[in-house]
Amino acid sequence: MQHFSLDAAHMFAGGMVLVSFMMLYQDRILGLINVFAAHAVVLTLSVSWQAYIQDAPHLYITAAIAFGLKAIGIPWALHRMVVRLGIHREIETVGGIGPTMLMGIVLVALSMVVMLPAAAEADPIAREDLALALSVILLGLLMMVTRQNAVSQIIGFMSLENGLILAATGAKGMPLVVEISVAFSVLVAFIVIGVFLFRIRERFDTVDTQALDDFREGRE
Amino acid sequence: MAIAVALWCVIGLIAVSAAAPALAARPQPLGTRLVYGASLILTGLLLLIGIAALLGGADFQGQKVLPIGLPWIGAHFSLDSLSAVFLIIVNLGGVAASLYALGYGLHEEAPGRVLPFYPAFLAGMNLVLLSADAFSFLVSWEFMSLSSWALVMSHHHEGENRKAGYVYLLMASFGTLMLMLAFGLLAGTSGDATFAAIMTAAHPDWISGAVLVLMLLGAGSKAGLVPLHVWLPLAHPAAPSHVSGLMSGVMTKVAVYGFIRVVFVLLGQPQWWWAVLLLVLGSLTAVLGVLQAVMQRDLKRLLAYSTVENIGIIFIGIGLALAFKTNGMGAAASLAIVSALLHCFNHSLFKNLLFLGAGNVLVGTGERDIEKLGGLIHRMPRTAYLFLGGCVAISALPPLNGFVSEWLLLQAILLSPDLPQWALRFLVPAAGAMLALAAALAGSCFVRAFGVTFLGRARSTAASEAHEAEPVSLKAMSLLIGLCLLAGTLPGPLIDSLSPVTSFLVAGHMPTQPLMPLLSIIPINESRSSYSGILVFGFIMASSWIAIRVIHNFASRAVRRAPPWDCGFPNADPATQYTADSFAQPIRRVFGPMFFRLKVDAHMPRPGDPKPATLAVTLRDLVWDFLYAPISGWVMFAAERLNVLQFLTIRSYLSLVFAALVALLFLVATWA
Repeated sequence: MQHFSLDAAHMFAGGMVLVSFMMLYQDRILGLINVFAAHAVVLTLSVSWQAYIQDAPHLYITAAIAFGLKAIGIPWALHRMVVRLGIHREIETVGGIGPTMLMGIVLVALSMVVMLPAAAEADPIAREDLALALSVILLGLLMMVTRQNAVSQIIGFMSLENGLILAATGAKGMPLVVEISVAFSVLVAFIVIGVFLFRIRERFDTVDTQALDDFREGRE
Repeated sequence: MAIAVALWCVIGLIAVSAAAPALAARPQPLGTRLVYGASLILTGLLLLIGIAALLGGADFQGQKVLPIGLPWIGAHFSLDSLSAVFLIIVNLGGVAASLYALGYGLHEEAPGRVLPFYPAFLAGMNLVLLSADAFSFLVSWEFMSLSSWALVMSHHHEGENRKAGYVYLLMASFGTLMLMLAFGLLAGTSGDATFAAIMTAAHPDWISGAVLVLMLLGAGSKAGLVPLHVWLPLAHPAAPSHVSGLMSGVMTKVAVYGFIRVVFVLLGQPQWWWAVLLLVLGSLTAVLGVLQAVMQRDLKRLLAYSTVENIGIIFIGIGLALAFKTNGMGAAASLAIVSALLHCFNHSLFKNLLFLGAGNVLVGTGERDIEKLGGLIHRMPRTAYLFLGGCVAISALPPLNGFVSEWLLLQAILLSPDLPQWALRFLVPAAGAMLALAAALAGSCFVRAFGVTFLGRARSTAASEAHEAEPVSLKAMSLLIGLCLLAGTLPGPLIDSLSPVTSFLVAGHMPTQPLMPLLSIIPINESRSSYSGILVFGFIMASSWIAIRVIHNFASRAVRRAPPWDCGFPNADPATQYTADSFAQPIRRVFGPMFFRLKVDAHMPRPGDPKPATLAVTLRDLVWDFLYAPISGWVMFAAERLNVLQFLTIRSYLSLVFAALVALLFLVATWA
């Protein structure tokens, strides 16, 4: 049972890393939103599994929040937003897909190298969970850095947040309050960014952040 | 427990500080009196605790851990004999300044800018002395720096004060940064930053050496060691006078305390090259400080430069103590450290007194430039005599207290031939010569300061219409001069009371000072040297009295008729008097070309030309020119280059954060 629970926990966490790579690869915006929903579903599964093996019922609440907000609520809202903004076109990446994927692989390797010795004394579930969670966080950051479209930057940010929750639930004894507050901060960030998106579009007729920079440089 | 009461007093001071804005808004003078009265009572209590902890021994000392500050660690406070000595110095200064300010504070134009920060400043200094872990020490230190900065900026309408505040803030942050690095090295990776843990841990030689250098930079910049003293003569005079007195007389001592605490208590066994560093810096500070003081025309700036000189003397004492301690010469080390501590105490008394006197002059005339003063002894006689007492004390003339500590220091210097290291054997007498030079120059500096300010005839209408200060302010000054006289004539008990500190710091103590014969003090042993302050005092008193009697009784009382003598002033213009600049001229001629790049530009009009002759003297501060100007140049250059970073895109900023994160992770991965 011990081995099985460990393997299953690793499978779910590893699945999140895999889905993060899918996000890096996906360059259409609607597809990206769907992959993000899948990311949240895998997170839900992972958190529920942790709740089961750690015998921590409050983690089910975290899982429910993750599922309700991130797998259904936010993707749905993003869908509507994208449709209303009218951006179905292809999103451009900086530096191309191939190098980005390669870089992502390097980041995963780096987080393994860092976390496995650093958390050597922690129990195996927490240790590898932490390593995979750090990979998810780094991949989310990489996504924010490489994309120009504001919507995909938001998605990168939220996948980063998913990585944080993965890390938090992997460690035993994290109080529920922390998870709920993280979830709500994501929600607030989402709302704020959503409002800004519309404001930006109103002014510049695009949500490409390059336009913002062009405007700022033009003014100087 | 005494420490609990002390902490309550500090909390009381902070509470007064919090209530002060409301009090300052009320009609004066009630608010001013309340704030200074409360500060007076609380510092008086702290003074009593300090005395009890020094004399009463372990009964009045102790530790306390408060659950504030860093979570799970708390803030550690302790009171031992070393902190007790400085608690006495700080709060004696606090009592005198608060008492003085009961009168002086009424002249403050913007009490709202001074009252809230004054008790906070006192609280900060006391907290530094009571702290017993690195975190609370640094927080208190920064609290002290910032509250004193606010006081420096209280008259911020003058551009010069704003510049002073800016330089002070820069140097204070630099100093705290250095202290932080020092404590970081001391605490190491163990994470336990209490002084007790640091003390028991073993430190490798290179760490101790690095900590010493960092402490010299950190505590030295606050104390005013050359070349880190540049802020001091700008900032100390900018504050209101009672605060100037506190900053100069007391805050620099808090820095000395920090240095002694770390170097003597936390670092363990010293290495002999530390003493070399300290002796060189100390003698440089003493001589350069007093040379600058002789050149100044601004009375308060002159006093601030003289503080730099005295800090140099104190650091020579500390360096000597280190030299003797390295070689296990306990008695000699205790003599040196006693002279340093005693000089801290003495300097806090007379520097406070002199700054308060300068405050009276400033209120009475509105002038700080001594070239525009003169003849004040007629208009403000009590201030004049009190100031004269301070001048005598700071010039190290017996029977006042300045003499005692400098004499003890010279006695310690005379023990240097016993040192085994040749470098020290050569260096210590050189430091002694510098000390003697500094003492002589200090004498001339204060003859000039007193003579030009108080004697002669008034050089401006402001000086001729001066008025005497409030009685309560004069009482505060009388208290200080009384203590100067007491410490000068009866230094024996003072030295005895320091013996727990010396055995704690250098594992040795001076011979017990016998109350008899003749109340003299003995540095090493009776056959070698001794000094009796009370005997010298009695002799001076008796000989003056006899001289006066002789002149009065035996001088001819016959009426003589003679042509009127005009007292050496054939010309009625006060500008014909001896001026401060002319008094300093011989010293300027000797040292000016070397230390100040002196330029004298004398312009004589041709015969027949009615234009007046002009004489322009320019002095450059070489420390500023060769150290600070290049540094600020580099900073400006780097800032210009880095300016590009202000105008990046959001994604570039994110990329920078990302790159930094990855780089740090990479570092962690390769390090482990």
